[in-house]
Parts: sequence; C-alpha cells; structure tokens
Amino acid sequence: MTTSKTDPQSEAQPDPQQATAGSAAQGATAATAAGQRRNRKGQHDGGAAAGGRTLLKWGAGGAGVVLLALLPLLNLSLPGVLPGPTYTPGSLQLLAMCMLMAAAALSYHLLLGVTGLLSFGHALYFGAGVYGLGVILDTFDIPLLPAMGLTLLLVIVLAHVVGAVGLRVTGIPFAMVTLAFAEAGHVLVGRNPGQATGGEEGLTLATDNLPEALLGVANTRNLYWLALIVLLVVFAVVTWVQFSRAGHVAAAVRENELRVRVIGLQPYLIKLLVFVVGGVLASAVGMVYLLLQSGAVPRSLSADFTITLLVMVVLGGVGSRWGAIIGGVFYTLLDQRLTSLAQSEAIAGLPDILRIPLSEPLFILGTLFILVVLFLPGGITGAVQRATLSRGQRRQAAARQRQALENAE
Amino acid sequence: MSTIVLLTVTGLGLGALYFLVASGLSLIYGLMGVLNFAHGSFLTLGAFAGWEFARRAGADNWWTFLGSLLVGAVVGALFAAFTEFVLIRRLYERHIEQVLVTVGLSLASVALFDGIWGTDTIHISGPAWFRETTGILGAQIANDRFVAIIAAVIVLLGLVFFLKRTRYGMIIRAGVESRSMVTALGIDVRKAFTLVFAIGGAAAGLGGVLASHYFQYVSPLLGGSLLIFAFIVTVIGGLGSLTGAAIASVVVALLQQFANFYLNGTGDFVVVVALALVLLFRPSGLLGRKS
Repeated sequence: MTTSKTDPQSEAQPDPQQATAGSAAQGATAATAAGQRRNRKGQHDGGAAAGGRTLLKWGAGGAGVVLLALLPLLNLSLPGVLPGPTYTPGSLQLLAMCMLMAAAALSYHLLLGVTGLLSFGHALYFGAGVYGLGVILDTFDIPLLPAMGLTLLLVIVLAHVVGAVGLRVTGIPFAMVTLAFAEAGHVLVGRNPGQATGGEEGLTLATDNLPEALLGVANTRNLYWLALIVLLVVFAVVTWVQFSRAGHVAAAVRENELRVRVIGLQPYLIKLLVFVVGGVLASAVGMVYLLLQSGAVPRSLSADFTITLLVMVVLGGVGSRWGAIIGGVFYTLLDQRLTSLAQSEAIAGLPDILRIPLSEPLFILGTLFILVVLFLPGGITGAVQRATLSRGQRRQAAARQRQALENAE
Repeated sequence: MSTIVLLTVTGLGLGALYFLVASGLSLIYGLMGVLNFAHGSFLTLGAFAGWEFARRAGADNWWTFLGSLLVGAVVGALFAAFTEFVLIRRLYERHIEQVLVTVGLSLASVALFDGIWGTDTIHISGPAWFRETTGILGAQIANDRFVAIIAAVIVLLGLVFFLKRTRYGMIIRAGVESRSMVTALGIDVRKAFTLVFAIGGAAAGLGGVLASHYFQYVSPLLGGSLLIFAFIVTVIGGLGSLTGAAIASVVVALLQQFANFYLNGTGDFVVVVALALVLLFRPSGLLGRKS
C-alpha cells in the first residue's frame, strides 16, 4: 500500500494550521477530505493514486509540520483563539495541550474507529502513563528515559490483563467492564496508597532527575516540540497499525466478527493487540502530559476523561484519523475559550436563566455533542466531506457515516 | 456477631439503592438495548427535587418524607420519559448513537445541576426517627437503612407484579424476548419504550431521595457515583434480568461492606475482581441468557 505509507507525513499537514491561518484552513480540510476519499478508493483499487498528487500531499504535509515546528520562533497573533502571540509560553502551553489531546484522541480512534471497540476505560492507560511516570520519578532515583521505559512496561502488562478479561464480552457489556476497571484505578489513585499518589490533591512532578531543558516556563517551547513529536509518532503508529494486516483484520472484525471467525482468524487476539497498542499510545501521551502539566490529578484517570476522548472523536468524525485530530484540537480550544467566557463580565450580567447554562462549559459542550450525534453524522470531517459532494453522493455519504458508527458495536 | 449484623443490614441498605438504579438500567437495556448513561442524572434530579420539596414543606415529619419520595419519583419519571421521547426515539436501533446521546445528556445535565445548586454537597435532614437506631441482635442500626430496604422490596414486588400480571407488563416482557414479533402482532411497542423509561426514571428518582437520606447529603455527583456500581450490578446479574439485578445488588453491596471492614477498605476492588471473575467464568452474568 504505497498510499498508506505516504499518509503519515502528507496527512500530518497540521490542523492547528486551521487555528493559525484562517484562510488556509478551508483548503487544508478540503484536501483532507479528498485525501480520505482517495484513500478509501485506494484500498479498493490497490493504491492507484496519481504520483503528482502524492508528491503534493507530501509537500503540503511537510510544510505544515515545518510551520508547526517553527511556531515558537514566530510572532503570530490569533485574537480569540490564543491568549497571546505564538512565541509566548501561554499560547505554546495551549497549543501543546491541543496536540496532546489530538494524540490521545487518535489512540482512542484506534479502538473505536478502526476496531469498533467502545471502551469506557481508555483513561486508565492515559492515567497509568501520567501516574506511573509521576510515581516512579517520585519514588526511585532514576533518569527520565528509563523511568518512561518502566512505565511503558507496566502499562503493557496492565493493558493485557484488562483486555484479556474485558474482551470476553463484546458491545455494551465491554463498555461497562472497561468502565469498571478504569473506575477501580481512579478509586485506587484517590485513596493514596502508601502516600504515593497524593490522593485527591494529586501529585507534583519530581524534578530532581529531569533534564534542565524541560523545566521552567522559559522552556515551554521544548515541551511544545516534544508534544509535536508525540503527535507525529502517534499518528505514524496509528496509520501503520490501521493499514497493516492486523489493522485490516481489525476493520473486518468491526464489520462482521462472525465472518472473520469463519475464515479461520482469531478476532480475540486481534482485538487484544489493538487494545494494547491503543493503551500504550495513550500512556505515552499521558507521560508527556505529566511533563507539560508538571503534575498529575485523579481526573486524568476518571470516566470523565474517557468521555472527553469519546466526545472529541465523535465531534471530529468516527472512523477518520483526521476527525480524531480535529476533534481533539477543537474540543481543547473550545473548552478553554468557554471557561474564560464563563468568567467574563458579559456573562455575569445576564439574568439567571441565561447565566447559569452559559457559565457551565460542560453544559454547552454536552449539548453541542448531542446535536452533533443527532444531526451531523460523521462529525466535523463528515460535514466538510459532504459539503464537497453532489446531492446524490451526499445522501450516500451520510448513510455510510451513520453505518461507520453503527458498526462500532 | 453484632458487627456482622450491622454490616449485613448496612449492606442490604446499600444494595437496595443499587437495585433501584440497576432495575431501570436492566429493564431499559433488556427491552431496547440502550445503555443509559443519563440514568445517574435521573437519580440526581430526583434527589434534588425531593430535597427542594422537603425543604419547603418542613423536613422533619413523615408526610413530608413520603411526599418527597413521591416528588422524586415523579420528577425522575418525567425526566426519563422526556429523554426517551426527545432524544432516544429518533435513534431507534442505532445503539451506539443512543449511548452517545445519553453520555452527552449526562454531561450537560450534571453541569446544569452544578450551575443551579452549586458543586458543594448539601447536608439534609429527615424525620427525627431516621437519626435514631434500632437494636437487632446487639447491633445498633441507623433507621434509614430499613426505609431503603423496605422501599426497594416494595419496588421489586411492584415491578414483578406489573411485569407478570398486567397487559403492559406482558408487552414489555414479550418485547424483551422478541421485539419484531410484538410489532408484527400490531402492538405499538414504542409506547412500551416510553413506559419502561418512565418506570426506570421513577425507580431512579425514588432511589435518589433514599440515597440522599442514606448518605445524608445531596450533590450533583450523587448519581454518577452510584451509576458505576449499578453498571457493575447489571453486568454481574445478567443484562435484562430483573431478578439477576436484585440478587447481584445484594451480593455486590454485601461484598463491598464486608471487604471495606475486614480487608482495609478494599471494597471497590473486591467488587471489580468479582466482576472480572463473573466475566471469566460466566460472561452472560448470573441470570443472563446466553447470547
């Protein structure tokens, strides 16, 4: 699959571009939608994409990554979206958070979008990365990289155990079981066993063994670059898994598990593989999240966080990698904007009936989410994609996008 | 001995609350295949409605308490029926989207409760008798436990009677078995859907008022914390089985209480381990049908 191999770089044309360059954004998303159509076609035709277009995608993707990488050195202002010019630590922190959430949403996309596993316990692995690294750095006197390796090992074991038990059931029961395990982790961290996790207060990052370059507000740009690397790596791994042989079997499991079994393949093992890969990616994102936030709070393990990831993926569009990325960025920016809106003077002056709903960001996000599920199948990417099609194709596309979600059971 | 009696009765009281949430969840899942994440919000709204009523009518007599139970149940039922009518009905047979809509509703409603009643817990009081204790076999047991247990038993008996003896109960049971067959017989099964949601919401609202007396507070997070255990109860009991939910709620709550006392507050983990064991050896739950 030549098309798939070129994807990570070419599609990595970054979505924050949508945030940074308003006019270029439309072109970028349209190109994405076209790219996805081509991809789907490519799967059937055996990768017959035109060479020129591939080159264009490579170039655009590379330029996007370069632009993102240069942002900390530039002085661009986006009033209303970013708190200040792009080189300031506040903006870089927010952009890095957007990229990390996009990466976390991508790891969830691997479960929900590719394999059709509706997990309500994905926060367990993200939180295991956050708390695992935090506790290890706090307890043992070892450098950052070995500590990260140790955390990954622990997460691999954890994901195998939970996956092996949870995947014995499918569909809605699977959702409940993963939820129960994640909740157990959440409770464990809240209980503060052995004074290791700091309980409800959370854990402060132990900085003794960290490299200088990752500490302090002045070095936020290094963390920003680290977040960018994590996003690129997660994107590459997700693409690789999705278009590998295992990924094709996983997609087949999503469509019809019985048929896969009749062919003689083992859905259980494939699902377990995807579950573990998704968990490991989420924990890697969690580790960088710990460094960026300089601390851990129990919320990163809670069912709320899993639901946040689910909302991101669905807002962006289930089944599309770009949907996960756009959803993650869109949600993070909107959440940040709504929170500052809630504290603004304009809201405080309104009568109660308007003030109370508007001052609760989650109320607005929850309502928006319901509206997207009811009226916008395929989320943001789906809507953009449909806008570029003719009327007849549009109806087909809507049906297909609804199907993509329904297969996820 | 007195410790064991105390733990058992307290556990039964907690189990009663689990059952009130899980019965609705299980019925809704059995009939419609909907995993209702908003069920906790029905409970929370019921609890707040009961509290608002009791606060206005004077919190310390029995009539107000019974009134608050009724208000909680009615508000829960109305909210649930509204949810079914406005959100779920548009998405028949699209189970994942139904789950997503209820997830969105629970996010939005909990945030709204936060905005209206504040995020802090509000301490409540009931009839003075609730604060007193009754001695059974040497154990001093708080009286509100008995109220929760009695209410849950009444709800269980009422539901069983309704399902076995009435026409609508029969339609619901038939719908759980085979919805297409019921539709083919010319019965509008959608009415049964709204009805099941209303019943589940009423049980949850009732459970909300009782839970607020059991824990002696109301807060927007009351429903969410009970909902997780109610999910575990429905999976262990077998999805769609009312009797299974009743047995599993008692088992889960007792396990939790005893483990919390004898095994250093590890109740929540013991419950999750029990869930894992049930899934390993009996994936369809205690009384669930083989899928």
